[in-house]
Amino acid sequence: MSDQVDHSRRRLLTAATVGVGAVGVAFTAVPFLSSWQPSARAKALGAPVEVDASKLEVGQMMKVVWRGQAVYVLRRTKEIIDQIGKHDNLLADPASEGSVQPDYIAAEGALRSLKPEYWIGLAVCTHLGCSPLGAFEPNNAGQVAGVDLGQGWPGGFYCPCHGSKFDLSGRVFKGVPAPKNLTVPPYSFAGDTHIVIGVDSAPKKA
Amino acid sequence: MASFPENPAGDGEGGAFGRWINERLPVTAFWKRHISEYYAPKNFNFWYYFGSLAGLILVNQLITGIFLTMHYKPSAAEAFASVEYIMRDVNWGWLIRYMHSTGASAFFIVVYLHMFRALLYGSHRKPRELVWIFGCLIFLLLMAEAFMGYVLPWGNMSYWGAQVIVSLFSSIPYVGQFLVEWIRGDYYIADSTLNRFFALHVVALPLALVFLVVIHLAALHEVGSNNPDGIEIKKKKDAKGIPLDGIPFHPYYTVKDLMGTAGFLLIFCGIMFFAPTFGGLFLEPPNFDPANPLQTPPHIAPVWYFTPYYAMLRAIPSFMGTQVWGVLVMGAAIVVLFFVPWLDRSPVKSIRYRGPIYKIALVVFVAAFVTLGVCGMKPPSGIYPLLAKIGTALYFAFFLLMPWYTRIDSVKPVPERVTGHA
Repeated sequence: MSDQVDHSRRRLLTAATVGVGAVGVAFTAVPFLSSWQPSARAKALGAPVEVDASKLEVGQMMKVVWRGQAVYVLRRTKEIIDQIGKHDNLLADPASEGSVQPDYIAAEGALRSLKPEYWIGLAVCTHLGCSPLGAFEPNNAGQVAGVDLGQGWPGGFYCPCHGSKFDLSGRVFKGVPAPKNLTVPPYSFAGDTHIVIGVDSAPKKA
Repeated sequence: MASFPENPAGDGEGGAFGRWINERLPVTAFWKRHISEYYAPKNFNFWYYFGSLAGLILVNQLITGIFLTMHYKPSAAEAFASVEYIMRDVNWGWLIRYMHSTGASAFFIVVYLHMFRALLYGSHRKPRELVWIFGCLIFLLLMAEAFMGYVLPWGNMSYWGAQVIVSLFSSIPYVGQFLVEWIRGDYYIADSTLNRFFALHVVALPLALVFLVVIHLAALHEVGSNNPDGIEIKKKKDAKGIPLDGIPFHPYYTVKDLMGTAGFLLIFCGIMFFAPTFGGLFLEPPNFDPANPLQTPPHIAPVWYFTPYYAMLRAIPSFMGTQVWGVLVMGAAIVVLFFVPWLDRSPVKSIRYRGPIYKIALVVFVAAFVTLGVCGMKPPSGIYPLLAKIGTALYFAFFLLMPWYTRIDSVKPVPERVTGHA
């Protein structure tokens, strides 16, 4: 038996053991951390929602729930569709560069929808998550009680929590707390008025 | 012989930060007193792995248990389904569940072997009586914890096992019926029973267990560990006051226990991944059916680790119109453990220096305990009732006759210094 301590051997063995142990701990941690992710049941419950918009009248909005969140389905008037590009100076991000939306929506420009008539977006203010109120009438600055929406209101949404404003494509105004345009979820049409929220549309051919 | 490296007597390891901490909390002093300068006998053998393994399994049960409570629903309506949800829908839920169930059985295997070590080497003897007593308390609470944990999946065996064990209390004269209703919180094993067992299993008993483990170790460290030769290493110290036969716990036993852990994990993972039900012993078939108050499983048996005591319960017949004797005998079987430090009258501690009587007695005891376990699993017919009675008698004889046979047993001369062999 040697009387000398081989320090370099000891260092190597200690380092090797610690290394293997650390790998073991990392592997062991994975199942526990992963168990916090949405379970198969949560994912199933987050399944797509089908919306029948055939009864939705022009100028009206309906709300549905998808993945626990409210989603607007808004049927826009022709006047609104024609005027959608006229108030870019009021908007913080008119081209929706910073907003969350599927690629096939980005390709549609200012209207931010697959069909001009129907706008679909999450009813979640991008500031702190409140549900914005509808204020769909253009030029009616007093349509939300106790609030002055300002001159030249193009129609849109008003969030009562901290005063953020969005237009009828869900694009956020300048000078309000919300940083981004309202999120557009993945959706597609399974018929003229049959919307499936949660299922992406096929990408448009260039 | 190489001398082990001495610990540098620093006033604050870790530089200025270490000094700041140590002025406010005795971290370095604690580390030295209990780990790097806690001198344990150098002759620990295989039997000395089970203490650290028990601690490892406790940590496993706590962590996997916490993660299970994140998905489990403690109501009679939802419990069974929530366990299936964990098994099927939660990412890696099946693994966390099996770690917990395999861990429970592993806990008892390890604890039984840990207790057996004490009987081998006299670890219960003066000055370690309190270590043993705290250990017996841990054993008792562990059984309660395991029992309540088994009720939580609300399978048919959960339900009927709870029914049988809670009903035991009804045999207590005068207060029995009231007590049972009080425990259940209802007129039958119900949602209220499940919910309170959940609270006790997840919060109250784990807290009590952790507290007991801490004082179990504190009591041990106060007197120092025993060893396979049963001699007190503190009697022979060197000029610096370090026991001649002692080695610092760190690094010698930290590293050795790591190896023990590796071996244990190999077996544990083998079972957990490839045989988690262990042939129906760890997860019993009736428990894969939801609790059914109208249908008792054809064959009720508690989980394997309770079967020796269950066999004793059934072995004692009704007498003077009451079944309470079986309950008392089963209770006495646990209570008698607490008295072992005073029942053992041998002048020596370790089996290595005892005579043949104790060796035979221990073999008979183990055989009786295993036999009782087998009897407890079987229906009470055929040869088993008789075997259970014999086993019960032998179990109690081991303890109650101990003051006599340990005194008349021959002894061999005990060495002054530890040996490396039996």
